[in-house]
Amino acid sequence: MIKIIDLHKSFNGQAVLDGINLEMPTGKITLVIGKSGVGKSVLLKHIIGLLKPDKGQVLLDDVDIAQLEGRQLQEIRKRFAVLFQGGALFDSLNVFENVAFPLREKTRLPEAEIQRRVLERLEQMNLSPEAGNKLPDELSGGMKKRVALARAMIQEPEIILFDEPVTGLDPPMSNTVFHLIKKTHEASNYTALVVAHDIPEVFQVADYVAMLHQGRIIAYCSPEEIQHHQDPVVQSFIKGEVDFLEA
Amino acid sequence: MVLFLLQGLALAFVPPFRFRRLLQEINLIGVKSTLIVILTAAFTGMVLALQGYYTLKKYGSEGALGSAVALSLIREMGPVLTALMVSARAGSAVTAEIGIMRITEQLDALDTMAVNPMQYVVMPKLLAGLIAVPLLTAIFDVVGILGGYLIGVVLLGVSSGSYFSGMVQSVVPLDINGGIVKSLIFGLTIIMVASYKGFYTEHGAEGVSRATNQTVVLSAVLVLAWDYILTSFFM
Repeated sequence: MIKIIDLHKSFNGQAVLDGINLEMPTGKITLVIGKSGVGKSVLLKHIIGLLKPDKGQVLLDDVDIAQLEGRQLQEIRKRFAVLFQGGALFDSLNVFENVAFPLREKTRLPEAEIQRRVLERLEQMNLSPEAGNKLPDELSGGMKKRVALARAMIQEPEIILFDEPVTGLDPPMSNTVFHLIKKTHEASNYTALVVAHDIPEVFQVADYVAMLHQGRIIAYCSPEEIQHHQDPVVQSFIKGEVDFLEA
Repeated sequence: MVLFLLQGLALAFVPPFRFRRLLQEINLIGVKSTLIVILTAAFTGMVLALQGYYTLKKYGSEGALGSAVALSLIREMGPVLTALMVSARAGSAVTAEIGIMRITEQLDALDTMAVNPMQYVVMPKLLAGLIAVPLLTAIFDVVGILGGYLIGVVLLGVSSGSYFSGMVQSVVPLDINGGIVKSLIFGLTIIMVASYKGFYTEHGAEGVSRATNQTVVLSAVLVLAWDYILTSFFM
């Protein structure tokens, strides 16, 4: 289980995370929703140790990730994979090399085994073996996300963090990506955190939903419960109402 | 920036050793800069010969043209102009490449895969700068001397024997060593600045543009400042 305790983070004196408390149960998908710019990606970056909090803890099996540095941090990161918002595929490598990258860097598997695993993942993501020869800038947005998902899955991590997995995709492709997340989760039973604001489609993949607002978690419950949540801020966000104060 | 450089160089001694990445970077920084270095060297040698010939002729010393061209190139023009060309061509490319990796989260992706981005991205570039720039400087010197030969000997009629014999007599090992030391330091300086500016790029495409610009300006200034310091040391 990942446990976030009283997490604070400010940028230039402005509090982005203001005492976050959140639990991500093992083997479940926890969804974090909230308006753009509310700090969802900042929270995700704290979990993988890309950002250090001003105060608070990020516990994975009682180890505080926020306190780790260097080799210890690298070791714990081997248990994670991240699907970045834009895919973060390496421009200079083709699709096959991108997906094979974690295996080539972190394992001593023979090339034939790497090839087998990469092709298997590409097939799982509905990508043809020929797509393996393409460079990232030759791919559509949906293909990039699927390649990034294949790369994230290739080492069968315990925990996967999804940062806005369907942003910029059309509805059918969004549903495809959500379906792939659901399918791979059923197959591998990884622990996941999904950061998104695509309501209500994203509810189909989540076991738990947390809403982040003004630096705090203001709701934490099941997808069914959150849709009938009493908090007007939650209701307003879920219904997609215009925020007149911001507008 | 110096800590960044030291960290990058220290990682060259930590496995995994990235020979393939090093070769890719030597190709990017060195091989792909060869043409521009040859062109610059040829015209520099030609201009030196032309200017030198008319100056030396006033004193009846046209025979010293070979040594004048060679010494100017080996001590000063070769290392400095090669460094400026590499900074404009490869330095800016290095900053843009790393800067784009930063803003598209590719560096973060490396981090999350437990791959040190300093070791995977920066270290091979620093070593490539250290290897490629001295080699490009040697090419610059040779091509420049041949450019000077073309103008001095073929066009203006200085004897071929005096052009080369003057050169052999006047160029001493200290001149060559000084040129090599300069080019090593220039190579490291350019790639350090370029990598640092790319690595800490912020604010999207505009940030990459600004970082690229800063790389070219700062590395040119540092090369010229280093040149003065090293020249005073070797004189």
